[in-house]
Amino acid sequence: MMTDFFFKLRKASIPVTLTEFLTLLEALHQRVTAHSVEEFYYLARAALIKDERHYDRFDQVFASHFKGLETLFDGLVGANVPLEWLRKLAELTLSEEDQQLIESMGGWEKLMETFAQRMAEQEGRHQGGNKWIGTAGTSPYGAYGYNPEGIRIGQDQSRHRRAVKVWDRREFRNLDDTVELGTRNIKVALRRLRRFAREGAAEELDLDDTIRSTARNAGWLDLKMVPERHNAVKVLLFLDVGGSMDDHVRACEELFSAARSEFKHLEYFYFHNMVYEGLWKDNRRRHTEKIDTLTVLHTFTRDYKLILVGDATMSPYEITYPGGSVEHFNPEAGDVWMSRLLAAWPRAIWLNPQSSNRWSYIPSIQMVRELMSDRMYPLTLEGLEQGIRALQQLR
Amino acid sequence: MTEGRFHGTERYVATDDLMMAVNAAVTLGRPLLVKGEPGTGKTQLAEEVAFALNRPFIQWHIKSTVKAQQGLYEYDAVSRLRDSQLGEGRVHDISNYIVKGKLWEAFTADVQPVLLIDEIDKADIEFPNDLLLELDRMEFYVYETRQTVKAHHRPIIIITSNNEKELPDAFLRRCFFHYIRFPDKETMEQIVRVHYPDLKKRLLSEALEAFFEIREAPGLKKRPSTSELLDWIKLLVAEDIPPEALRGDQRKLIPPLYGALLKNEQDVHLFERLLFMSRRKKD
Repeated sequence: MMTDFFFKLRKASIPVTLTEFLTLLEALHQRVTAHSVEEFYYLARAALIKDERHYDRFDQVFASHFKGLETLFDGLVGANVPLEWLRKLAELTLSEEDQQLIESMGGWEKLMETFAQRMAEQEGRHQGGNKWIGTAGTSPYGAYGYNPEGIRIGQDQSRHRRAVKVWDRREFRNLDDTVELGTRNIKVALRRLRRFAREGAAEELDLDDTIRSTARNAGWLDLKMVPERHNAVKVLLFLDVGGSMDDHVRACEELFSAARSEFKHLEYFYFHNMVYEGLWKDNRRRHTEKIDTLTVLHTFTRDYKLILVGDATMSPYEITYPGGSVEHFNPEAGDVWMSRLLAAWPRAIWLNPQSSNRWSYIPSIQMVRELMSDRMYPLTLEGLEQGIRALQQLR
Repeated sequence: MTEGRFHGTERYVATDDLMMAVNAAVTLGRPLLVKGEPGTGKTQLAEEVAFALNRPFIQWHIKSTVKAQQGLYEYDAVSRLRDSQLGEGRVHDISNYIVKGKLWEAFTADVQPVLLIDEIDKADIEFPNDLLLELDRMEFYVYETRQTVKAHHRPIIIITSNNEKELPDAFLRRCFFHYIRFPDKETMEQIVRVHYPDLKKRLLSEALEAFFEIREAPGLKKRPSTSELLDWIKLLVAEDIPPEALRGDQRKLIPPLYGALLKNEQDVHLFERLLFMSRRKKD
């Protein structure tokens, strides 16, 4: 049962490991939960999931697996749990007052009797919201108050809302990492690109090392110097603007502002749909102040990393034919320019704000992807992270 | 079992899932990692757990310059150097220059303490990895004095993170995890009640209405959170603002004292524009 659950989670590509699974089992063994499915759900989530981005997927797996669990709980009741065992549990968990309440309702035997009767009357599998088990959330134990949580049911207002199972509400839907998030997260993703290096002349006093060496030297001053530390990574950012990109302005803005504050060596240029012989730096003066792509190609050294941002949604002619551009007559085709760019800066990726499940329907995206030898990533946090990782691996 | 369980305190409303996470972490003696929007009471949680379980509270606040080693101990070479120049006798015993860190303090406490490692994501990317063994085995070795410091009681460790850095998997595997979700309206009402028990019911419901209206405005750069709501209500009470002033249709402009809720100039403009548009639609 539990092992199945574990493998289902792994199958849903949630990174659960054996250690975490064992932790959960240990917690169950130590009776951290008081036998309600809801508590079990919370416990399993706290033990197995380590990232709120996976909450939604966890909820889905739990919901699908829970269908089996429900019948399990049925079986447990049907099999008539030993009364002694229940009583023990109740003595442990119920207050004096609660126990008196149960006595006034006719005692344990009576309670079990009615319970069994109701279970028999009830047809089929019980849903969270029906009369029998509904108020109790999900657990038959909860319904009749064999745990302190259960006894409060009906008194505690907020509990009533629980008719819909917590995991079925899927409240963490928007935390899944396939959606775009704010600049802060993008910055964190970009930060991975940072490569700190101490280059150049040793001109900074390394205080720690000096003190250490001096102390080790029994007090004879021993000065140590190091070069200054700085972020050595260099990034070229090419952004597609206008046309179909207007829908994605916000995502691009966020990426751009994050990148600007994150890298010291960042150069950016704009293009439209496809890179041709000219690029520009100011969108308002794009027709008057064009910069030759060739100049750019020769200015920036090979150690720059190239990030192209664009939806690559255009007519295939814009990529393959001279004169295919929608804006001007281009003497050379887009793919020629692309191969030049990639030759100049082999460490390159393409970020596409278009959602990735539509890529396969748009021919031009396929073509650009091929040109980039598959290094096209969606402009989401997850995609960005993949892209950055790919950039780092390209040496 | 029931003794030593955390159920929230009179100052802190804990949801069921949060209680479960805390209790699981306490029972198994593992660290609990808490994430969530800023201002949802992550740091406060640790204080309240310490208060509720009646344990001493040790806070280790992490900055970008903090090293894992500083949590264990530091060897104060500089004072030893100075003492050696002055010819002091204590210079011969190296243990005089070992400064205990927060973890050491927590390990050697007489009662099981609550240790808060606050904002772990602010530290260097290797920081959590450097603490793996210490948090796992709850012991560490002091090289200078060749002694092993072992925890008398496994401290209850609560770690908060603002998600600025991804934490390494090996580290995550050893923790319980809880994400503090933004409270819904009912929980929020409870929270405000806990802080301002004699607040008038009408003012509370109007304030909450206005608050959630602002929070749900699309495109805000920084959405106001619980702590900001509490500040705002404090101001409302202090200024004695009548509940009518908060009502949407009678309100001339954005809510009074909005500065407590909207912390960004663009957000204020955006919200004003949205209000203007929604009013025009009504007319």
